[in-house]
Amino acid sequence: MTAQRGIVIGGGAFAGLALALALRQGLGPDVPVIVADPALSLRPSRDPRATAIVAACRRLFDTLGVWQAVAPLAQPILDMVVTDSALEDATRPVFLTFAGQIEPGEPFAHMVENRHLIDALAERAEAAGVELRATAVVSYESRLEATSVTLGDGSVIDAALLVAADGARSKLRERAGIATYGWDYDQAGIVVTVEHERDHKGCAEEHFLPAGPFAILPLTGKRSSLVWTESRAEAARIVALSDAEFHRELEQRFGLRLGEVKALDKPKSFPLGYFVAQSFIGQRLALIGDAAHVIHPIAGQGLNMGLKDVAALAEVIVDAARLGIDFGQADVLERYQVWRRFDTMAMGVATNSLNLLFSNKSTLLRSVRDIGLGVVDRLPPLKELFIRQAAGLGGEVPRLLKGEAL
Amino acid sequence: MSMQSDSPNVSSANASSATVDPAEIAKFSKLSAQWWDPTGKMAPLHKINPLRLSFIRDAACRKFERNAKSLNCLSGLRMIDIGCGAGLLCEPFTRLGAQVIGVDPSATNIAAAKLHAEKSQLLIDYRCTTVEQMDPRERFDIVLAMEVIEHVTDVGAFLARCAAITKPGGLMVVATLNRNWKSFALAIVGAEYVMRWLPRGTHQWDKFVTPDELTKHLHNSKLAVTEQAGLVYNPLADKWSLSADMDVNYMVVAETAVAS
Repeated sequence: MTAQRGIVIGGGAFAGLALALALRQGLGPDVPVIVADPALSLRPSRDPRATAIVAACRRLFDTLGVWQAVAPLAQPILDMVVTDSALEDATRPVFLTFAGQIEPGEPFAHMVENRHLIDALAERAEAAGVELRATAVVSYESRLEATSVTLGDGSVIDAALLVAADGARSKLRERAGIATYGWDYDQAGIVVTVEHERDHKGCAEEHFLPAGPFAILPLTGKRSSLVWTESRAEAARIVALSDAEFHRELEQRFGLRLGEVKALDKPKSFPLGYFVAQSFIGQRLALIGDAAHVIHPIAGQGLNMGLKDVAALAEVIVDAARLGIDFGQADVLERYQVWRRFDTMAMGVATNSLNLLFSNKSTLLRSVRDIGLGVVDRLPPLKELFIRQAAGLGGEVPRLLKGEAL
Repeated sequence: MSMQSDSPNVSSANASSATVDPAEIAKFSKLSAQWWDPTGKMAPLHKINPLRLSFIRDAACRKFERNAKSLNCLSGLRMIDIGCGAGLLCEPFTRLGAQVIGVDPSATNIAAAKLHAEKSQLLIDYRCTTVEQMDPRERFDIVLAMEVIEHVTDVGAFLARCAAITKPGGLMVVATLNRNWKSFALAIVGAEYVMRWLPRGTHQWDKFVTPDELTKHLHNSKLAVTEQAGLVYNPLADKWSLSADMDVNYMVVAETAVAS
């Protein structure tokens, strides 16, 4: 007879694996932690995308013992340049620059390729005793005192809590009957990795082009990851172009600063949208990461938000378990929801306003936002506040994001 | 805020060993669900419970030199909760490894507690009895008298019995309500009439006990107070926290002299 029932996490991407690891560290070996995801059989990961890991998330990975493995493959963002331009502008006036450190020696963010991070998380989780099952959660049935989770391999687990970490199109969220509200943007993000002639020196660029932001995010070596926003129709057209034609579109937007540019992989397009789940919890169920919310990537906050969920849920669970409280019960989950839901809504509204403000050709709007950015740039305290918010260090911060162990 | 010994409002069928029929079980099961619903009638108790649990756990971990971060921090310790209700303290401390005995004079409470412990897959020794009726030779490392002394007729005699079953080198934790104008305003008028957290008539203000009186009673039973704290409610944050303010709800840790 174990004192506490275990936890099943449906979904083995960043959020699911990071939560499993955090729980394992906080709860010790007696409480079973199981991650179920068919994608766990595809190791090493082949995810071509890269992600900006802001300082707070880096601290979390550090505390979880994952950062060490990733650090040599991570490119620190040492500087950030924001410009506001029309496509045909010859020069791009710089309105906002960030010196890239939030503390001496701690960069604002790092760029890491997803596959490195996923592999490091999975490896570390396994070593810590997390049970990784390469199968899906197919159904579950919650009662007042527990939930019975059925996996694709036929096994049934009697757990205290099921965590839905199965992404934006979460099946578990759907099964729980939790609706979402939000909207689709008529925009898509084109993602491609490029090689360029000159060193980026760790500088990230974000150009607010009329169709939406065009971000150049530095990777290790003379490589960068591009996130390039277009209307959905235009994005579909661009990714279907021949290599030579795509190259012309790329050059036109990439600018001259880094010299000759060359795509290293096939560009892929991802539809952009915004939604928030109407509830982050259900009976013996908690939603984290993209299963709970998807925001516009304009401020690079998607992963950051997911890891904030991880840190908050892990803290709430571990604190309850250390008091002997059944951590899957309603009041414990409610504490998680109260902590995260307001922050999520606020971030959703903020990123939406940013997108409306910047994905626009109106001259008036352009003047207003440029004056705004100019003011921010000249007021160090305000700029610092923005940087700290963007780095995930604003609001009531969970312990893991402060780099403290649970 | 404090608990009536057999809330939520179910008349107590007192200690009897009659065989239980299905209708009775249904009633206990409903009562048990009410007790354990953190959003229902007992929500105020669930709100304050983590604070009581952490206060007791931390006192015990200091005393018995345990790591409060371990999920087994109370393993091997024998503990009794007097006036245990449906087991809101018994279950958590059992999970933390303690060997817990819960006693309550209300047979319905004990039945509700047993039903819930079974669902939680926890082994807890629940007994429908009072500390006065227990075998006087029983001994415990930790004795809990949480929100009960304001309901007993002779506080001195009750605490003497509690002291007698506390092992030498053991701990006793008492929670109760202070007696002053503020506790009248908050615990009687506020909790019973304004917020309706508790049924009216749950408490009689004149039975509340001041910290000085409690300390004296404990001293008479050869127990020394080693720690005390108030519990204060912040209505804006809807949160309870520990405080030096012991004007209304407060808790006290007392230790027996080590046998020489």
